[in-house]
Amino acid sequence: MKFSQLLTLRFPQNMITVKKLIKRFGPKTVLRGLDFEVAAGEFVALLGPNGAGKTTFLRILSSLSRPAMGEVRVAGYQLPNQAAAVRRRLGVVSHQPLLYGDLTAEENLRFYGRMYAVAHMDERISEVLEMVGLYPRRSDLVRTFSRGMQQRLAIGRAVLHDPEVMLFDEPHTGLDQDACIMLDGVLREVAAKGRTVVMTSHDLARTADLASRFDVLSKGKIVDSAGRDRVAPNDLLAFYRGALKN
Amino acid sequence: MNNFRNFLRALTAVVRKDLTAEWRSRELFTAMLVFALLVILIFNFALELDARARTSVTSGVLWVTFAFAGTLGLNRSMATEKDRGCLDGLLLAPVDRSAIYFGKAIGNLVFMFVVELVVLPVYSVLYNINLFRPELLLIILLGSIGYVAVGTLLSTMAVQARTRDILLPILLFPLVVPVLIAAVRASGGILQDFAWEEIQAWVNLLVVYDVIFIAIAFMFFDYVVEE
Repeated sequence: MKFSQLLTLRFPQNMITVKKLIKRFGPKTVLRGLDFEVAAGEFVALLGPNGAGKTTFLRILSSLSRPAMGEVRVAGYQLPNQAAAVRRRLGVVSHQPLLYGDLTAEENLRFYGRMYAVAHMDERISEVLEMVGLYPRRSDLVRTFSRGMQQRLAIGRAVLHDPEVMLFDEPHTGLDQDACIMLDGVLREVAAKGRTVVMTSHDLARTADLASRFDVLSKGKIVDSAGRDRVAPNDLLAFYRGALKN
Repeated sequence: MNNFRNFLRALTAVVRKDLTAEWRSRELFTAMLVFALLVILIFNFALELDARARTSVTSGVLWVTFAFAGTLGLNRSMATEKDRGCLDGLLLAPVDRSAIYFGKAIGNLVFMFVVELVVLPVYSVLYNINLFRPELLLIILLGSIGYVAVGTLLSTMAVQARTRDILLPILLFPLVVPVLIAAVRASGGILQDFAWEEIQAWVNLLVVYDVIFIAIAFMFFDYVVEE
């Protein structure tokens, strides 16, 4: 283990730091002075009603959207000035798969592998396809895949370059029960590798099982935050409702 | 040097991806080609021309065909990126975003060239006129580059809007008027056997337009895709 990694273990540093973030779309202010911190290796569930600003916030963290004001740091790099360095360390899964239907699963991963300059591409693609359980379907066109399979491949695409930080924007949307269970297994595997994860979700039951911390975003601000030690899985709904009332 | 290698790697990845996907679906090529052939046929029946008049209208008919078929292709090419959120996938990659622009533009240019390669012999047969002249092919090359350079940039802007199908032609045609005028004039001059000196100014305009708009796209693509 490298010395820098030992230091990280000894003194866990923030992988994501957001201070007084403001985002406006025309006259509408979506994020209103949002503060947010995530330590390395944490799995944070970002909960909140529709329109709270969850997706906008993740788009800013992923460098797809520019903040109006405030400080945003991901993996030690500032956004938007050091966006390329952030993107290299980031894996993003949204409710859209970001995959090409007319390419096979393997061709999709190869394309993204080239874009991220992934080393030992063949081995890495096989490894990722095995991880998401799609190796037998590697030569099939993505448009022939079910929604669940596409979402698993989307996770494969996002972890292909071995990112330190992963952002999931409602990954369970549109999946049936079996696909959700399979996706949860892949999410656990992703988190078990020590990656920092931020996931938005409306599915409190699934979130309760996966995350180590729960933050509630409402009207453009984090209104409450609690670790798994403070909120038992059965109490998550009460915690969520309480946070929205305050 | 390393940056340039990364730039080229990303650019070739985008071109290869677009060509492979199009080879499988043939959606874009089929739409462009069918449209282009229909335009030529309609003009053929609408303008019952003698040999002399045919030579004078050919350049106009050709460029109207290329421009409208090209717009279809540009719209579709960016729509496939937007529909499954793939544009976000491209923008999340740690590469110079102008590599994405040039990759998309080269892909669009290849589709346009393929359509032109089919349209030219069909037109030659229907109108009984030889279009395979090196000077004319040079004008088609320069005109297509200018058209695609602006079109790729504007289609990236238009695709963000709900009315993208009607927005692109509205944005594109006013800006490509200089390319179309220069290309029509230069092509017409070549087909009517004018001396090279007489069409030189139009060719120069095409070259200058291409250089300026490629430079503008290189500088502003990052801002166009930013939210």
